[in-house]
Amino acid sequence: MSDRVEVSKTYKTYIDGTFPRTESGRYYKVYDGNGDILANACQCSRKDVRDAVLAARDAFDGWSNRSAYNRGQILYRIAEMLETRKAQFIEELETIGYKTSDARSEVEASIDRLIYYAGWSDKYQQVFGSINPVASSHFNFSLPEPTGVVTIWAPGEQPLLGLISVIAPVIVGGNSCVVLSSEKYPLSAISFAEVLHSSDVPAGVVNILTGFRKELLKHMTSHMDVNAFFVTDPDIDREQRKQMDEHGALNLKHIIRKSVDNWEDKESKSPYFITDFQEIKTTWHPVGF
Amino acid sequence: MADEQQTVDEAEQKEESFKPSAPTSKLNFDGPWKYDEAPQSTAAVEIKDQYELFIDGAFREPEKGRYMTSINPATEEPLASIAEATQQDVDEAVQAARKAYEKRWSPLEAAERGKYIFRLARMIQERSREFAVIESMDGGKPIRESRDVDIPLAAAHFFYYAGWADKLEYAFPGRKAEPLGVAGQIIPWNFPLLMLAWKVAPALATGNTVVLKPAETTSLTALKFAELCRDAGLPEGVVNIVTGAGQTGSLIVNHDDIDKIAFTGSTKVGKIIMESLAGTDKKYTLELGGKGPNIIFEDAPLDQAVEGIINAIFFNQGHVCCAGSRLLVQEGIADHLVRKLRDRMETLIVGDPLDKNTDIGAINSEQQYNKINEYLELGVQEGAELYQSSCDLPEKGYYCRPTLFTNVGQSNRIVREEIFGPVLTIQTFRTADEGIAKANNTPYGLAGGVWTDKGSKIFKVGSRIRNGVVWANTYNQFDPTSPFGGYKESGKGREGGLHGLYPYVKLNPR
Repeated sequence: MSDRVEVSKTYKTYIDGTFPRTESGRYYKVYDGNGDILANACQCSRKDVRDAVLAARDAFDGWSNRSAYNRGQILYRIAEMLETRKAQFIEELETIGYKTSDARSEVEASIDRLIYYAGWSDKYQQVFGSINPVASSHFNFSLPEPTGVVTIWAPGEQPLLGLISVIAPVIVGGNSCVVLSSEKYPLSAISFAEVLHSSDVPAGVVNILTGFRKELLKHMTSHMDVNAFFVTDPDIDREQRKQMDEHGALNLKHIIRKSVDNWEDKESKSPYFITDFQEIKTTWHPVGF
Repeated sequence: MADEQQTVDEAEQKEESFKPSAPTSKLNFDGPWKYDEAPQSTAAVEIKDQYELFIDGAFREPEKGRYMTSINPATEEPLASIAEATQQDVDEAVQAARKAYEKRWSPLEAAERGKYIFRLARMIQERSREFAVIESMDGGKPIRESRDVDIPLAAAHFFYYAGWADKLEYAFPGRKAEPLGVAGQIIPWNFPLLMLAWKVAPALATGNTVVLKPAETTSLTALKFAELCRDAGLPEGVVNIVTGAGQTGSLIVNHDDIDKIAFTGSTKVGKIIMESLAGTDKKYTLELGGKGPNIIFEDAPLDQAVEGIINAIFFNQGHVCCAGSRLLVQEGIADHLVRKLRDRMETLIVGDPLDKNTDIGAINSEQQYNKINEYLELGVQEGAELYQSSCDLPEKGYYCRPTLFTNVGQSNRIVREEIFGPVLTIQTFRTADEGIAKANNTPYGLAGGVWTDKGSKIFKVGSRIRNGVVWANTYNQFDPTSPFGGYKESGKGREGGLHGLYPYVKLNPR
């Protein structure tokens, strides 16, 4: 063993393709599996949420107008980047108490999850769109389109696989998002931002914040330029569910609650995770000479 | 003829701009000749003095014995007394629906369920004239529309969804669809029977039972439909109709034993419903307001576009959530188009809804009539130029002249707020990008029109306007196979088509 002092990483946030600290200057301590301090994470504020939503809104037009093929390739690229940095993520999960085999299994499942949704990019439109045989002389079809900006609470547990399982279906469908990482395990989320940053994901498509759910619930669900809010933890209490819906009602957001216990389950991935963040648009075109 | 037309056009172009409320002389059908009256007979229609609630397959008096009067808005005369359902009535309706769901409807073979729904479709067709006349008397809509649009489409909806009942395993890839249970449904007054069909048909096809509340000003066709359920031998309690005002609606929304809420109405009430359901994890669909952009490009077929604009805003007196109430015209053709529009407006016949020649019938209620007039005053106060056709209005009844406002800005309330009447605002744009930006500059996102001769432009503009429905070179088309519903604050979920099944099922792994 050398006497070299290891350089530890400052964990910041990921907004608009950059890594700023929270504007509030606040932090909270993140501990490893032994209860020792691992890092100071940003305790993001309402202002950070607003900055991130702004970035997400700016990115939405460009991202949603990318071809489906292109979005699929970019998701695939994220998987490639994650694969090459597998060791880092396994190690990071180990520091928070994962056994090596479990850490490996979660990282590999995370990579595979990205591949799964990459493959859906140009198929869900075919499976969930329709040509409608109307009685009048019109060509009539319905296609899914992204709903817009989605705020997300990443799952509290399985900080990498859970995170990827909620981001991938949202962005593969052309939405942009603002994600609050697992409160207890925020570090893999910020490391994942570095993967996104090197994967051709345009700035602002995914924004990642760290901080406290309780503090940010209102800001993430009441923002008037957000179209949907997504949460998957099975243990959200009724009071919080009520708050989400009430804030969401301000501009009729889609409040999507899906209960997932374990992201390695077969049922924890499906195209319905994509369609929950899609609007159906129907177009009528006259037929005639 | 063509030359003559051009001369008149040129003469008009010399005017600095058109004068508000100055009638033009062209196409004046009231000049040398006139339409005779062509009233639809009401002889075959029976309207009772008093209607009860339809619960568990039978008509019964409301527990508190209270009734409301339904008015014919064309004459301001009372049509019938309608029962007001209170807590106990709603409880009983929900109990009946629950019992029917568990004991009769969900155990029934899906194909048999479908046959009942087919039967309902057929019975609406058989009694279509009666339904159409009542719809026009109760709601003020022109008989031509209730006869040719509302009632046939209502029947078609039942016919379409009937066929889905035993084919649901093909509708949801990788999933097994299960019914939700009891659906509470609240519908508006603008298309009473059609909205009932949009709600009831998919609910029944997917195996749910229903407690439905029609709007308080237009309950009659829903109660006639109740008769039809009884006549069709539909198992008791599968469809329950409770009449009443907003209070009754909120009893349904807040009822613990209702599994799903479907609402069509204003965005304001939609938000209240979402708040009321907060934390319950009940499924709900909302079909809400709109401020539909109707975008006319310079290369549009103008005569066709004029017809489309008229249809977009004046169909059903403008009481249409997806009405094309914001006209966006490319600058180069704006003056010409507005002149043509005014000329066409002059020919519209406003009057007796039961007259087969009537284009615009009566405003649905005194309340709505007052609201529209407030907006007309507001528009003038905001500095907009008002133009109304010069037609005569009947002395009695609630009528509004077809109206357009020019010289309006994006911040004007008449541009931003849903008026729900025959009132059109006109704005201009230069580039397609500007037109799209203006179209999207609204919290609403229900429907919109695009008029151009260029196919590629249709699809480009269509893909960029944030609306659930895009009508290209047409407007206000509806079909049971075609999903309808809004983006943003215009709602959640779709009605019609395969997508209209989703709101009524839970999807489980296969």
